[in-house]
Amino acid sequence: MATMTRLNRLTLADVRDLLGAEVLNGDDLSIKVEAVGAADLLSDVLALSKTGTLLLTGLVSTQVIRTAIVADLCGVVFVRGKKPGPDIISLARESSVPVLATPLRMFEAAGRLYRTLSETT
Amino acid sequence: MAEWFESVYQVLGRDFSNAGKVSTSIKDTLKRIGISPAVVRRVAIVSYEAEMNLVMYATRGKIVLSVSRDAVTLKVEDEGPGIPDVALAMQEGYSTATPEMREMGFGAGMGLPNIRRNADEFDIRSEVGRGTHLFVRVAHRQDSV
Repeated sequence: MATMTRLNRLTLADVRDLLGAEVLNGDDLSIKVEAVGAADLLSDVLALSKTGTLLLTGLVSTQVIRTAIVADLCGVVFVRGKKPGPDIISLARESSVPVLATPLRMFEAAGRLYRTLSETT
Repeated sequence: MAEWFESVYQVLGRDFSNAGKVSTSIKDTLKRIGISPAVVRRVAIVSYEAEMNLVMYATRGKIVLSVSRDAVTLKVEDEGPGIPDVALAMQEGYSTATPEMREMGFGAGMGLPNIRRNADEFDIRSEVGRGTHLFVRVAHRQDSV
């Protein structure tokens, strides 16, 4: 559970800075990231994630936001410069799901977060 | 909290743009009536996987949410192709999904196993050419309300 303690120091604002991400939805970036997961398979997110997980994904669909709502995720980061459409953003707004977008690929994005978390022990 | 509560939601097959709407509304309802967050999350995951199955495979169906003093139950009944081999469908990774379903992030053979994992009681009956009936019960304690 050491990872959890480290993760408690990470906020959405930190994630934005580390990933050079654009914030597409979310007013409160002081939200704590309890865990990070990377997946394109939403059933895996539903099976494996914990409440407060930040999801990195290359999948762009409204189902990503619905998954975030259902699984109590703390936010979603779309990778590889993918831009979610207005339907996705408006659903995220309605349901208060923070959404970020980074030009980085999944591996690089996950790597930066992992490295930062390992260094801040 | 009400002692007993029941609500019926209709779901249309192939209606991908609304897929998941029912489950988020079920989640809101359970939260509002004071069910504990852990139970709400489990029921929402069950409901969402079942709703996606329904949208992906069935013609139409309904999800019946019931809340009693000690449990939340979901009954999901659809009209659709049914499942020829339920035991096989319960295996993680077994899937009959199309590429279109996989592109949405589903259809990797994790849905039914995910549903069972979150259920305290689970029952599935299916008839080929008719449809599938699913029953899930998640216990909650009145004192957590």
